[in-house]
Order: sequence, then structure tokens, then C-alpha cells
Amino acid sequence: MATEAKAHELIVSVSPHVRGQETVARIMWTVNLSLLPAFIMSVYYFGPLAAFVTGLCILSAVLSEHIYQTSLKKKSTIGDGSAFLTGLLLGLNLPPSVPFYIPIVGSVIAIVITKLLFGGLGYNVFNPALIGRAFLLISFPKLMTIWSEPTAQFVAMDAKTTATPLGVLKEEGLAKLIEIFGDKTDLYMSLLMGSRAGSLGETSAIALLIGAALLLYRGYITWHIPFSFIATVGVMAWAFGGQAGLFTGDPLIHILSGGLILGAFFMATDYVTCPSIRKGQIIFGIGCGAITMMIRLKGGFPEGVMFAILLMNCFAPLIDRGVKSKKFGAVKEQKEQKK
Amino acid sequence: MSLKPKSNWELIKNGMFGENTIFRMAISLCPSIAVTNGMKNGVALGISVVFVQTMVNMTVSLMRKFIHPKIRIPIFMLVIAGYVTIIDLLMATYARPIYKEIGLYIQIIVAFASIFARAEVYASKNKVFSSMCDGLGMGIGFLLAMVVISFFRELLGKGTLFGYPIVSGSPLLIMILPAGGFLAVGLLMGFFNWIDMRFFGGKGASGV
Repeated sequence: MATEAKAHELIVSVSPHVRGQETVARIMWTVNLSLLPAFIMSVYYFGPLAAFVTGLCILSAVLSEHIYQTSLKKKSTIGDGSAFLTGLLLGLNLPPSVPFYIPIVGSVIAIVITKLLFGGLGYNVFNPALIGRAFLLISFPKLMTIWSEPTAQFVAMDAKTTATPLGVLKEEGLAKLIEIFGDKTDLYMSLLMGSRAGSLGETSAIALLIGAALLLYRGYITWHIPFSFIATVGVMAWAFGGQAGLFTGDPLIHILSGGLILGAFFMATDYVTCPSIRKGQIIFGIGCGAITMMIRLKGGFPEGVMFAILLMNCFAPLIDRGVKSKKFGAVKEQKEQKK
Repeated sequence: MSLKPKSNWELIKNGMFGENTIFRMAISLCPSIAVTNGMKNGVALGISVVFVQTMVNMTVSLMRKFIHPKIRIPIFMLVIAGYVTIIDLLMATYARPIYKEIGLYIQIIVAFASIFARAEVYASKNKVFSSMCDGLGMGIGFLLAMVVISFFRELLGKGTLFGYPIVSGSPLLIMILPAGGFLAVGLLMGFFNWIDMRFFGGKGASGV
């Protein structure tokens, strides 16, 4: 019997019957597009080297996914843009002046070990780009903390190195930080525009917010994780961040510096590694924020967004289980009271 | 355990490859991560385990007719502890620098699952010489695993082998940290499973 259906026959297929336009590839490429402003700002501030580092990350991420899948005779999934996104995010998370092998090592770890060995897109426990970065930070602690000064000129060859705002804040305090940037308004403006030392893509808050607005408008991410993440960081910075005692800290500096905006909007919201229930997402965001501030204020590293997101990634399935809503009409099993 | 008796050479080979403590049975993983950050430490612990495993198997097999089944576990424990003490004191005397680094893990050999398991499942039921071969094979299997793991970890993490520089450049520091131990053991276990499936038609699952 022929299995093909003729024109007049009824075909009964498995649901869903009505499909939207959204596909994984479409979402991924939109996220890539939304990171474009941050990428442009990174090239503007850190010169062509920024484009080189990010490009190398993307290239090696896509290539390693393609080689792994074709060598195992599987269908290559590089077209869906997720490997591209991992490479792009990793690139935007690296310091401007890393030697060429660092992006390659990081991308291979991110794609092959974190994503493909766990089963590919949708099965990874941790955010691949962040694992790649954590691997690099632990492996090359010196190279990964050389921060170039933003020049806004296309001369990248002899960039001066300097400390990140959070590094200064941790080592020398707020007064010194304000002194470096002029006055407080200048400091906020620099942090907002991105004229400060840091990872390539994390410096310009305004460019990241433009991209995040696109994602929020399209409904690809919701406000739950970023808002609770950033709000927790703000509240904890205000409460515990000040030298003069409780509730004297400056929340804006902590919110605008470091990788918080990039992490909160683009990496904590990764569909695969965050809880899928709204209530759980708020818990996830609060947890991320709390761990971030613990590391920033008390830990050994000046910045904690990466480790916070990775730690909360482990808890995502547990959170989902904890906040799962009850089935309608289901009766909760009553435990017998002990006498 | 297979029912038909194996030749002594088969027993040794079985311990080295077929039932390799770390890569096939996935037991005694703790020392395989803790001390494999350098070849020197890995080899030292591996050799100690070869000695303890062989002697324990021999002793337990010699005593198997006299051990009351109900108190066999404490007796095995005492035998193992006896040999571990010998190794411990020998090392403390003659290999002071290594002992300073891995002394704790030498003492912990008492609690190694692999040694205990072989005493229980093999030595307490078989003749002295074949028990000895079984212990030797198991010990060498453990030693080989330690050598392989510590080879990659030291080479990638420090760029040295036995402390001698091999490659220059900035090493992957993570490989000599605990996280790198997990990575190395996991990837090597996967690699050996792949070899087993690809070339020997095995099922590839590790663990028992």
C-alpha cells in the first residue's frame, strides 16, 4: 500500500495543527541581532581587536559544533543560530586583549563539553557560554583579568591596562572610583555609555538595554528574571554595600557595572537553563542576585554574575519542581497526624 | 563474576582492562581525582595499591577456611589496615617528600572500595595463587588508570611530567584543580567506553 496521501484523502497528523511562525532558529537569530548594539559599542571602545576576539569565538563555536556533529554522522545544527549565539556571548564576555587561543579553547569547551556531550541544544544543564568563560577564568586567571582602557579610537595595539570599576570598588573603595571618573555624574554616564574597562560586551549598559528592549517587545524574554535579578542586586547593594553602615550603599554603581545587565537579560534568561514557570523564574532571579552580591561584597572575585548564574542553573529543575502548580481538582494527600 | 575458572594470566588481564577499577567499575573514584594532579603522586599511590591489593588478596585467601562468615568484614579490615600501615611507615621513612603530599591518601587506602570488594568477591572464595593474580591485575589496573589520568592532568595543567617541563606556554590551570579531575576522569571514561564499543564490541556501560 502506498503511504502517500492522495489529494482527496484526509490526513490526521499529530498535534500541534496550527503552528506559529516562531522557530528555534528565528528566536536565536533575533537574540543575535539584539546583541548587535553591544557588539558595535565594544568595537567602538576597544578597537578592531574586539571584533577579532568576538569573531574568533563565533567561528570556533560554529566550527566545533559542525565538526562534532558531522564526525558522529548527525545532522549539523549550526543553522539554528544557537552555536553562533554561544560564540557571540562568550566573545562579549572576554576581556579585550586576550591571546588568540583563549577564544578557541573557550568555545570548544562551551560547545562540545557543555552542550553537545549533554545531548545538544535543549539538554544542557548549564549555560554553555558561561561555562566556557568560567573554564577560561579558572584556567588563565592572569590573562583573563587584563582589562584594556577604552580608547574610542581605532588604535588597539598599545592599549593601556586598568582596573574595572568593580575591581577598584573592591580594592580601593568608592571615593577612589569617583575620583578616577571625575565626579559622580560622570561615573554614571561612563557606566551607562560603556566608557569603562571590562569585558567586551558588558560595558555599555545603554546598548544592552536597547537589545533587551527588542527581546522584551518580541516576547522572547519576560521581565521576571531580569527584573528580580537586578532588583535583588540593587537592594542588596543599597543595604550592605555602603561603608557607613546598613542602607548607605550605592545601588546604581553595582547595577550598571560588571556584567549584570548582560547576564540578567541575555544569559540568565536562556530558555534551557532557567526555570520555565514564572514564579520559579522570580526565585531564580532573586537567587542569582543574592549570590552575585555575596561574591561581589564578600567573595574573592570582584565580579560574581557568572558564578551566580551557573550556580542557579543547577537549581533550575529543583525550583521548577517546587513551584509546579497543583492540578485543578487534585486533592493534596493528607499526612496522618502523629499522636 | 564468571563461573568458569580463569587462567592466571586471564585474571591479571581482567583486572587491568575488563574490570578496570576506575574506568570500568567506576569505584575508588575519590583518590583518582584527589591525587592525580601530578604523575609522581599518582604513580606512588598506584604502586601502594598494587602492593596492598596483592598482599590482601593473598592473605585473605590463605585464611579463607578459618574466617567465620559473620565476622569476615572486620577481619578483612584488619588485614587491609595491617598492610596499609606497612606502606604508610615505609613511605614516611623513605619517601618523605611524596608522603607529605599524599600521606593522607595512603592511609585512606584502608577504605578503598576496590580492595575490599576483591577480598570479598574473589579472595575469600578462591585459591591463594589465583587470588594473588587477581589482586595483582586489579592493582595494576588501578595503577594504569592513575598513570593515564595524571599524565593528562599534569601535562595540561602544569606542562610538566614528573616535575620536568615538557611544554612551555600558559597551561590550563583548571586541570590540576579538582574540577579538572572530574573533567579528566569523565572524558577518559567516555573515551575508553568508546574504544570498547568500537573495537571490542562491548556494551560500553561503565559501572556494574
